[in-house]
Amino acid sequence: MSMTTILQHCLTGISLGGAYALIAIGYTLVYGILRLINFAHGDIFMMAGYFMIFALTSFPWPIAILITLVVTTLMGIGIERAAYKPLRSAPRMSIMISAIGVSYLLQNLSTYLFTAIPRGYPEIPFLKKIFQMGELSASFVTILTPILTIILVVILMILVNKTKTGMAMRAVSKDFETAKLMGININRVISVTFAIGSFLAGVGSILYFTDRMSVTPFSGTLPGLKCFVAAVFGGIGNIPGAVVGGFFIGIVETLLVALGYSTFSDAFTFFLLIVMLLVRPTGLFGEKTVEKV
Amino acid sequence: MLKIKRNHLYSIIVLTLLMVFLYWLNANRLQNGMLVSVLQKGVILALVAVSMNLLNGFTGLFSLGQAGFMSIGAYTTAILLIPVQNLDGVYYMNGVHPAIRAFKMMVASSPEFIQIIFPFIALLLGGLLAAFAAAIVGIAVLRLKSDYLAIATLGLSEIVRAIFSSPQFDQVTNGSYGLNKIPNFPPMLWGAIPSLITPFIVVSICIVFIVFLIKSSYGRAFKAIREDEIAAEAMGINLFKHKSMSFIISSFFSAIAGGLLAMYMRSIEAKTFSITLTYDILLIVVIGGIGSVTGSVLSAFLVTAAKEWWLRFFDQPLLIGSWQVPLFRTGFRMVIFSILLMIVVLIYRRGIMGTNEFSWDRILKRLKFKRSKEGGKK
Repeated sequence: MSMTTILQHCLTGISLGGAYALIAIGYTLVYGILRLINFAHGDIFMMAGYFMIFALTSFPWPIAILITLVVTTLMGIGIERAAYKPLRSAPRMSIMISAIGVSYLLQNLSTYLFTAIPRGYPEIPFLKKIFQMGELSASFVTILTPILTIILVVILMILVNKTKTGMAMRAVSKDFETAKLMGININRVISVTFAIGSFLAGVGSILYFTDRMSVTPFSGTLPGLKCFVAAVFGGIGNIPGAVVGGFFIGIVETLLVALGYSTFSDAFTFFLLIVMLLVRPTGLFGEKTVEKV
Repeated sequence: MLKIKRNHLYSIIVLTLLMVFLYWLNANRLQNGMLVSVLQKGVILALVAVSMNLLNGFTGLFSLGQAGFMSIGAYTTAILLIPVQNLDGVYYMNGVHPAIRAFKMMVASSPEFIQIIFPFIALLLGGLLAAFAAAIVGIAVLRLKSDYLAIATLGLSEIVRAIFSSPQFDQVTNGSYGLNKIPNFPPMLWGAIPSLITPFIVVSICIVFIVFLIKSSYGRAFKAIREDEIAAEAMGINLFKHKSMSFIISSFFSAIAGGLLAMYMRSIEAKTFSITLTYDILLIVVIGGIGSVTGSVLSAFLVTAAKEWWLRFFDQPLLIGSWQVPLFRTGFRMVIFSILLMIVVLIYRRGIMGTNEFSWDRILKRLKFKRSKEGGKK
């Protein structure tokens, strides 16, 4: 394999990784606060793909993107209200089963509404523009994804570290009960968390599907699980960790596909997860103090 | 004493009636195709659900790897049972591995007795292979707790699926083409039990074994681990030994069910055993009640019948007079089913049975209670 091909694949990998990173943040935030693997997160990401398809049929792209992001965010908050809030005092297993149920419902609902036949993802002209850099060629979305990811993460970090809401989020993730006693409105913080997670999943969805061209009701499952692995890899609850994990998994996966091991590219992610949980359960940047495993 | 005898009597009567019903069904299987296929699929899923319940409900290990172990059983059974003359037709793309062909030739030329029980040997081998895999994997994975264990086992089943569908194993598993021409259920006891009833007998034997296991001292140790690991360890229960035992036994029976599923479906591919299958089984366990064997069995039949049969009319366009009922079209059945499921998860969290088991005493008590209530009204 020549140097150019390797670089070309790396570029694709970085782009995929950027989308993964955005989704992984949603997992990491929710897990940090509720100690819940939000199995429905991948399906929110998939639904965002469908929203975009339908929004673009009747609106120009800037408004369509806006509508997609708003609807996705609202859906994330709605799911939390309907399916997780009633189980707040229930055992962790119940909430997880509820999350699996929501994922099941979203998949069946979208199969019903949009049929299981893959739907073409609309092209947004300026995202698909091809750039030439020496021997490398890339569409604008490939270059935009990592940059946008980094910008969003920086904004998110500022939000979490500098604002009052961010402080409340950190407090809740440190100690749920004590935070409640200190007068933090837990439900509001959790809603904000889900809103941020779903918003980022919406952005990730636009970037991911522009490269993949089609959406099916099941196209959220595997990326969802992979992004959870990315979050665990980076240290769950840790935002920069999730980003690093997302990029790492994206790049390795692309390289494995390029080398002809495409059936193993999914398996690799889970292999990485198991190894990571056994060797360093707190992840790359995770805090040591909390007993998680 | 009298009560126990009475309960035994009731159970024997019900079991006899069930057997009579199954033989009747066998005689009239052509008119009742849907009922037969729902009952057979239901009983197979009942076994997986009970084995998952052994792990999730009784030992408190939240594992989502059932589909992976089922696929090990299904593939082993399928590879061993595809008739020699069909091999070239099944593996038409990449050819079959010479070792498999040689082994099949050996079986085909073995005495008749071995050929008759060979399907059961194949099921057992699938189970043992899955148990072996579980034993090895368990060493690593069982150190994890709650949701980490769930996601790790989920990952394992995806790894198994990737291996089965990978081009590197084309000559064994036929890669992404899957396997077909798998023979149907074999008859048992030289035809005394027709092939239609075989899955019911096999599953009953397996579930009875699991019930005895749960009632034994091992079962009590499992429950102790579920309630409180640290306390259980302090009482002298070897955590790792019991956890891996539960994991291995659960995988063994999942694989047997997987083998039966392969015989039921007649053709399998790696996609059959995706995450969705595990979710389906988890939902059966949840609806039946986590920690109740009878609940799992009941709900396996209920869920299968509802999904494949009773709710089927939601998928057809419905006309009342000349008015077309809106919403009724393909896929609506699954939406209704998922909503029912969310209602169970959110409101009836205990499922059908909670952690209770079926007992004649409770049913009779309830009947008496109702009767006395009605009497009071009069």
